[in-house]
Amino acid sequence: MSKGQLPRWVDYGVLPALNLLAAFIISGLVVVVIGEDPFEAVKWLVWGALGYGEGFGYTLYYATNFIFTGLAVAVAFHAGLFNIGGEGQAYVGGLGIALVCLAMDRFVPWWVTFPFAIIGGAVFGAAWAFIPGYLQAKRGSHIVITTIMFNFIASALMVYLLSNILIPQGTMSPSSRNFEAGGQLPLLRNVFSSFDFGQSPVNLAFFLALAVCVVVWLLIWHTKLGYEIRSFGANPDAAAYAGISPVRITVVTMLISGALAGLMGINVVMGEQTRLLLDFAGGAGFVGIAVALMGRGHPIGIILASMLFGLLYQGGAELAFEIPTISRDMIVVIQALVILFAGALEHMFRPAVVAFFDRFSSSTAEA
Amino acid sequence: MGSVLCFSWGWGNAFETVYFESRNEIDAQVIDFIDQKGRATVAESNVPAIELIGVSKSFGPVQANKDIDLVVGKGSIHGIIGENGAGKSTLMSILYGFYHADSGTIKIDDKTTTIPDSKSAIAQGIGMVHQHFMLVDPFTVLENVILGAEGGALLKDGVANARRELKRLADEYDMTIDPDAVVGELPVGLQQRVEILKALYRGADILILDEPTGVLTPSEADHLFRILRVLRDQGKTVLLITHKLREIMDVTDMVSVMRRGEMVASRKTAQTSMEELAELMVGRSVLLEVDKPEVEVGKPLLKVEGLNVRDDRGVMRVKDVSFEVRAGEVLGIAGVSGNGQSELLAALSGITRAESGKMELSGETLDLSAAHNAAEMRTKGMSHVPEDRHRMGLVNKFAEYENSILGYHREPKYSKGMFLNKDAIRKEAKERIEKYDIRPPTTEMTAAKFSGGNQQKIVLAREIECNPDVLLIGQPTRGVDIGAIEYIHNRIMDMRAQGKAVLLVSVELEEIRSLSDRIIVMFDGNVVGERGPEATEQDLGLLMAGVNQEAAE
Repeated sequence: MSKGQLPRWVDYGVLPALNLLAAFIISGLVVVVIGEDPFEAVKWLVWGALGYGEGFGYTLYYATNFIFTGLAVAVAFHAGLFNIGGEGQAYVGGLGIALVCLAMDRFVPWWVTFPFAIIGGAVFGAAWAFIPGYLQAKRGSHIVITTIMFNFIASALMVYLLSNILIPQGTMSPSSRNFEAGGQLPLLRNVFSSFDFGQSPVNLAFFLALAVCVVVWLLIWHTKLGYEIRSFGANPDAAAYAGISPVRITVVTMLISGALAGLMGINVVMGEQTRLLLDFAGGAGFVGIAVALMGRGHPIGIILASMLFGLLYQGGAELAFEIPTISRDMIVVIQALVILFAGALEHMFRPAVVAFFDRFSSSTAEA
Repeated sequence: MGSVLCFSWGWGNAFETVYFESRNEIDAQVIDFIDQKGRATVAESNVPAIELIGVSKSFGPVQANKDIDLVVGKGSIHGIIGENGAGKSTLMSILYGFYHADSGTIKIDDKTTTIPDSKSAIAQGIGMVHQHFMLVDPFTVLENVILGAEGGALLKDGVANARRELKRLADEYDMTIDPDAVVGELPVGLQQRVEILKALYRGADILILDEPTGVLTPSEADHLFRILRVLRDQGKTVLLITHKLREIMDVTDMVSVMRRGEMVASRKTAQTSMEELAELMVGRSVLLEVDKPEVEVGKPLLKVEGLNVRDDRGVMRVKDVSFEVRAGEVLGIAGVSGNGQSELLAALSGITRAESGKMELSGETLDLSAAHNAAEMRTKGMSHVPEDRHRMGLVNKFAEYENSILGYHREPKYSKGMFLNKDAIRKEAKERIEKYDIRPPTTEMTAAKFSGGNQQKIVLAREIECNPDVLLIGQPTRGVDIGAIEYIHNRIMDMRAQGKAVLLVSVELEEIRSLSDRIIVMFDGNVVGERGPEATEQDLGLLMAGVNQEAAE
């Protein structure tokens, strides 16, 4: 083991745990400052997210969103591309899903609509990522800038569509009509009636998310395309030497990334809301960046990180309800701290841990 | 674990006292060799500039330095030679405060000291010239020299002082340089001079140079050696780390040989030979000459006509180059690096697009000004060992087996449908590891962790085992240790014996001369001449400088 190298279990287990612990300690201090008991707060946070069926259902529901957007960011990351546009791609992907559902829901059962909705979401999401991807590959326009711009364009586009085109006649709220049964994904509370999911909106999209994790794992580590994506991301010069076209990989990776983000709409649009509404992505595209970073770009890590952020979302809402002095904004602060420590300050503890292990391994080698 | 560390420092102190008693003995030895040398400059002082006693350093289970003793006489040029991974750089990093020794004592000017960081090293008069320069390209020479030693929040005074001091140093050590030249625009040799001036400006009495000639032309290297001799004559101590035997013989007074983390011998340069040093380095006799059997030369397998290549910045880097390589022939391209060789290889291998030019490869004519890619050239029977294995030949983050298919990953034998057939890939990687003696023999370790020679073997195995007709090979032994050099040269000779066409690009004249059947020399993008392998080094050296004597006559 050379200097600066850590065993995998440390890299993937201990370091994220340390980051998380630090985030919680700082959050706890903030809670103390506003005069509340941090242990009480943690209790409500965890209980609210995991303590009862409905809370758990909500946690899973949020986690589902984050898995899709987290995978989207991670895949782009493997090619060295920083896709900030998951939010917009998810938003536009939702449009594709809604169009499929609106077209089919009155004629066929949900399981016929489902695969078409998946295709619709993936295609629309991919199309939204294609333009930044193409511009990056062919024109060198930086993808961070273009994808962020496309989030705004997506937002404006959807406002226009929802308030002018998709809005049913005679209604005042900017959303599409509700889908009929053929456009509704079964909720887990109906599928697994023996388990008490309460009124939570967790639905079959959760299993779709898990299946997509497997697909992404296979794609990145077991296919030729994944090999090319990783080569390009790790060493673009070596990729050129190997005859891997940078244009093709950039565009294809962004298509896949956009498609994954686009699938998020399956959970919200087809699962929970059963209609397309304004701003349904609600920041999940950005949380996906933190999830991908914290999950180290690996599907298992992304599932775990998504669960954590689902827990923070749901438990945080519960906490704000139970301890009113800890407002909704406080919850955002706690989430921000987690993102800060897990993402931005990812390397803060690393040198200390590396030094610790160097010392540890050298002393065992001497003994 | 903190306590363990304390203990080890405690041990360090213990060693110190133990060795203190034997110090006189070591001094006596130093005096002895200095006397025998009989050089006035060396004999000025009896105190060694640097003395290391029992220095050890390990990284995890790897012992990089084992109980090293070293005495460097003041006012001498002391060479440290050893294969890659022998521990030279680790030892120098300990001296310069990058690493801390696990145990052992360091003495500077006969005073026991610790060097916790490079700042402290500088304060104690140690300066380092790194292999990869630590210069800010857009800054001027003067700005680079004062960087980190500006002397106050306002630049004005510091700059004026520095300018005076720089002039004094340049005069004293015969290192003229324009203080207002932009460093990025200077040739490599002068950039290195800036690095040396930087160290001297900071008051260095001991100068460590890590592989200083790796980037220099022969004449630049000669000039460097002249400067080093001047420095020595002015009383500075120079530590020269290299794996080039010739340099050791040329310029050093003393040489110490490292092998596998141990200091195996110290010799007076005048009393040793290249052969002895080479043997000490590898622990066995090495063949410096290559067996080059007669091979029947066949038809041309690679023909290049009128190749012009422009780089990203629009500069013409290859100018109207034409040549052919026949079956069973090694064509060597000599030249100082940066004279178009890299661009030539990139264009031939399909990585970059040429401005104009045609290439005939295995009977097929390709227009190189059209878009090609490297995968296409591979399918046409051309493989390519790139000049820079870190930048191009390998993905450092990838495991060995993943690197063993880079560029060939689309071949049917490596895939099952759209999936990679990892079992087949690993199996083949294992066979190659055995065949090419890649160490350690594992398919799972990332490429970054292999030593330079073994990394090169991974690339070589991949590019040779696909059985190409034409092999492009750039700097095959750069940063590779002697044992591996011999192996790599033999593989190239095997390719030649099998009737392949080999295009060899190297900046090592010796390598070019011993391997090639014909040599062409590139200068400023042009082919300035062709010679046989029997050409003298002087003749080739002149060609590399753009002077063609034959043509002049």
